[in-house]
Amino acid sequence: MEYFLQQLINGVTLGSIYGLIAIGYTMVYGIIGMINFAHGDIFMVGAFISLILIVTLGVTASMPLALLILALIAILIVSMALTSVWGWTVERIAYRPLRGSFRLAPLITAIGASIVLQNFVQISQGARNKPLQPLIPGGFTLSEGAGESGFIVQLSYSQILIIVVTTVLMIGFTTLINKTSLGRAQRSCEQDRKMASLLGINVDRTISLTFVMGASLASVAGLMFLIYYGVIDFYIGFLAGVKAFTAAVLGGIGSLPGAMLGGLLIGLIETFWSGYFSVEYKDVAAFSILAIVLIFMPEGLLGKPEVEKV
Amino acid sequence: MSASQPLLDVRNVETHYGKIIALRGVDMTVNEGEIVTLIGANGAGKSTLMMTICGSPQASSGSIFYDGEDITRLPTHLIMRKSIAQSPEGRRIFPRMSVLENLIMGAETAGNKDVEGSLKRAYDLFPRLKERRNQRGGTLSGGEQQMLAIARALMSKPRLLLLDEPSLGLAPLIVKQIFDAIRDLNRQDGLTVFLVEQNAYHALKLAHRGYVMVNGKITMSGTGKELLAREDVKAAYLEGGGH
Repeated sequence: MEYFLQQLINGVTLGSIYGLIAIGYTMVYGIIGMINFAHGDIFMVGAFISLILIVTLGVTASMPLALLILALIAILIVSMALTSVWGWTVERIAYRPLRGSFRLAPLITAIGASIVLQNFVQISQGARNKPLQPLIPGGFTLSEGAGESGFIVQLSYSQILIIVVTTVLMIGFTTLINKTSLGRAQRSCEQDRKMASLLGINVDRTISLTFVMGASLASVAGLMFLIYYGVIDFYIGFLAGVKAFTAAVLGGIGSLPGAMLGGLLIGLIETFWSGYFSVEYKDVAAFSILAIVLIFMPEGLLGKPEVEKV
Repeated sequence: MSASQPLLDVRNVETHYGKIIALRGVDMTVNEGEIVTLIGANGAGKSTLMMTICGSPQASSGSIFYDGEDITRLPTHLIMRKSIAQSPEGRRIFPRMSVLENLIMGAETAGNKDVEGSLKRAYDLFPRLKERRNQRGGTLSGGEQQMLAIARALMSKPRLLLLDEPSLGLAPLIVKQIFDAIRDLNRQDGLTVFLVEQNAYHALKLAHRGYVMVNGKITMSGTGKELLAREDVKAAYLEGGGH
C-alpha cells in the first residue's frame, strides 16, 4: 500500500509535466491539423533557458524562501517569453508559408525545426548532462515505514510545487479557452477557419497565438522537469515530446481536457510500470499505449464528442 | 456619402480558381437600403462572387468598392470588420459551440457595444434560437442552423448583409419564415441585403432589383418585377415556380 501510494505521487507529478506539454500538441493539431514535432524541443529549450538563468542569477536552495520563489517566478516569465518568441517564429517561417501545401510538408519542416533546435543547443551548450543542485529540497514524510512493508512514503516540496502549478495553470488555461474572447477565436478557428475569417477573426494571428500558448506551457514544463529531476541534456525534448504526444493521442487529439487526462495517465502508466515491472521497459510501455490507442481507439478517450449534423 | 454612390460596387471582376476562371468580368451594384438578388443555376458562380466580395478568394482583376473604399485587396477579416456580414453557403455553424456562443462570435470583432440589444433582436426574429441558446450548434436542425447563421451575421450590426442560399434544403414554411425575416430587417432596420438564391421566384418577389448570372457572367438585370415577368427568366429559372 505504501509503495503504491509513492508510485501514485510520482506518477501524478510526471503526468503533470506530460500534460502541460501535451496541451501544446493538441491545440496546434486542433487548429491546423498538424503534429508540431518541434514542440518537445521547445520544452527542452525552456528547461535550458531556466537552467542558464538559475545559474547566472545564482539562485540556490540556501536563499530565503520568498526570494527563491520570486526568482523562480521571474525565471519562469522570462523563459515563457523566450520560448513563445521561438514558437511564434517557427510557425511564421516554417509552417505558415506551407499552409495550403500538401499535408506532409509542414510535418517535414517541423522535424527540421526540431533538429535545428536540438543541434543548436547541443553545440552552444555542449552535449554533456547538465546537473542542477536541488532547488527545493525536503518534503513531507507521509508514512514512516511503520507498515509491514516498512516502505517510507514521501511527498517532496518540489512535487507539491509541480502539481499545484500545473493544476493552477490548467484551470486558468481552460478558463481562457472557454470563457474569453481569445479562447472563442481559438475554438472558432479550430472548428471552421474560413467562417472565423468571415466573422472578422484574424486567423493567422490566432494560429500564431496558439503556438505561443503551447510554447509557454511547454517552457513551464521545462522548468518543472529541471527542478524535479535536477539534470537535463539537449535530447530530453525528444522523449518527453513523444510521450506527451502519446498523451495527447490517448486523451483524444484536439481535445484540451483529453490532453490533461492523457498526460496524467501516461505519467501513471510509466511510473507504475517502472515500479512494478521493469524500469528498462517503461518507454516500451508508454509507446505500446500509443500503438494500441491508434489501432483500437484512434479518436482517443475524450476525442471529438457529439454527433454533428451536416 | 453622396446619394448616387452605391454601398457595394463590383466593377469588372474576374476570379480564378487556379487556372479555371469562375467569374468573367462581373459588374454589379447594391445601393443603401436595397434588397438585391443574384439568381442563376448551380455552378454559375454566384457563391464565388459572394466570396470574392469578402476577399476569399481575391479577385484576379477588376475592383470592389464598399462605401466608396476599394476593398479588393484587403484580407478577409479586415473586409468583414467594415460593417459587412455574411451568412454563407452551407451555413457554417460552429458545431461544438453553443447557439449563444455562435451568436457572440458574430459580435466578437465588430466592436458592437450593445451585444445584449443585438441578442434580443436576434431572438425576436427567431424565437427558436432563444429556446435553444445553450444547445450545441451541431445539434440544430437545418432550418434552425440557417436562422442561427443569419442571426450570427446580424450580431455585428452590419449595414450590408450578404446571404448565400438561405433557402437551400429547407421546408417551404421555414423558407417563408426566413424570407419574412429578411423583409423585416430591410424595412424596419434599414438593412441593405445582397441575396444569392436558386429559389428565383421567392428571391425576385422579395428583391428590389435582381441580376441573373450564367457561366460567371451577368446576363440580365432589372427590378424584381421586370425579371419575374420576362419569358426567358421564366423558362430558365421559374419552371414550375410559384411554389
